Amino acid sequence: MKTVIIGTGSFAPPRVVTNDDLAEIVDTSDEWIRTRTGIVQRRISEGPGTTWMAAEAAKRALEDAGVKPEEIDIIIAATTTADYCFPSTACEVQGILGAGNAVGYDVSAACSGFIFAMHTMDALIKTGTYSTGLVIGVDNLSKNVDWSDRSTCVLFGDGAGAAVVKASESGDRGLICGKVGSDGSKASVLTCQARSMENFLTGRKPEPGYIAMEGQEVFKFAVKKVPECVDSLLRNAGTDIGAVKYLVLHQANYRICESIAKRLKISMDKIPMNIDRYGNTSGATIPILLDELNQQGNLCRGDKLVLAGFGAGLTWGAMLVEW
Amino acid sequence: MLEKMKEIISEQLSVDADTITENSNFKDDLAADSLDLFELVMALEDEYSVEIPAEDLQNLLTVGEVMNYLKEKGVE
Repeated sequence: MKTVIIGTGSFAPPRVVTNDDLAEIVDTSDEWIRTRTGIVQRRISEGPGTTWMAAEAAKRALEDAGVKPEEIDIIIAATTTADYCFPSTACEVQGILGAGNAVGYDVSAACSGFIFAMHTMDALIKTGTYSTGLVIGVDNLSKNVDWSDRSTCVLFGDGAGAAVVKASESGDRGLICGKVGSDGSKASVLTCQARSMENFLTGRKPEPGYIAMEGQEVFKFAVKKVPECVDSLLRNAGTDIGAVKYLVLHQANYRICESIAKRLKISMDKIPMNIDRYGNTSGATIPILLDELNQQGNLCRGDKLVLAGFGAGLTWGAMLVEW
Repeated sequence: MLEKMKEIISEQLSVDADTITENSNFKDDLAADSLDLFELVMALEDEYSVEIPAEDLQNLLTVGEVMNYLKEKGVE
């Protein structure tokens, strides 16, 4: 049994925020942000949040796949910025789509979320329990960013991407193999605290948490771990990077992607980029990029792709797909 | 050590090795930004099998300072 991606969709809020816009609220500049991150603009929500973006991306993916909501039997949403602690984003999307025959739940793996969700979906499809699934990567990080911290606020944006998958018993197409990992001993290098622990006994009101990052540690982690993970994935699959058309890589920073390309000894032509337009949308970067490649007609039957993510946890993962 | 350092720095920062001296300041003389320094740190860690934590990097502004730092860590 293979898990085949049969449709993709993505969505980002319409409001564009440029580097110059940010230079008006913190001490930064377009030149500084471009040269260190590759980001030119990002989309920021002016109100509606995670569920809205997730549902819009999901509708587009269903349309692309030609699948009706009632045909879906499982929805897995990857997010760390759900609108509610409960219900889950997946259940909310289920309600909006009218996907009454599905079960829905969320997974949490920050910027690696979409890979973790797809990995889980693939395992469930392979058991034969489900046959038509919806995987969503969505994040609304603008609400967790400290907009007075110039070292982090320039990096992130809001967005969602989705993929519809189907179980297939025939052919070579589909997810060939996947690999995910985590290292909780490095949890503190990239964090966003939830509401602080306060209650009537402590006598204080809870405070919101904000994104905090140790840049050097995250950079080193990404640049070492991703090539290691991709190499090992391809070795297990009995192939090599030369056979791969695109490395669909988490869009955290252009310079990180360049360093990863260098370590994998591949040209940047193999790593499609859209960080210039979206910034880092966390769990949404990979499915948005995949959807753009798909809608632009850049993916042909038989193309081999590696999807790879890395992020807080620390978590990382990669997946080999034959389109 | 200076010759090896020049080689690594020249490769990582794309600068001419002949322009690098012990007094070269990474940011001012070699036009390195923070991400270039992360790359350099990784290359040095690989070459000399040491770990250079972020808090130590803040005090390493010149090539000479990095060489002294590595010597203190037992690198010959």
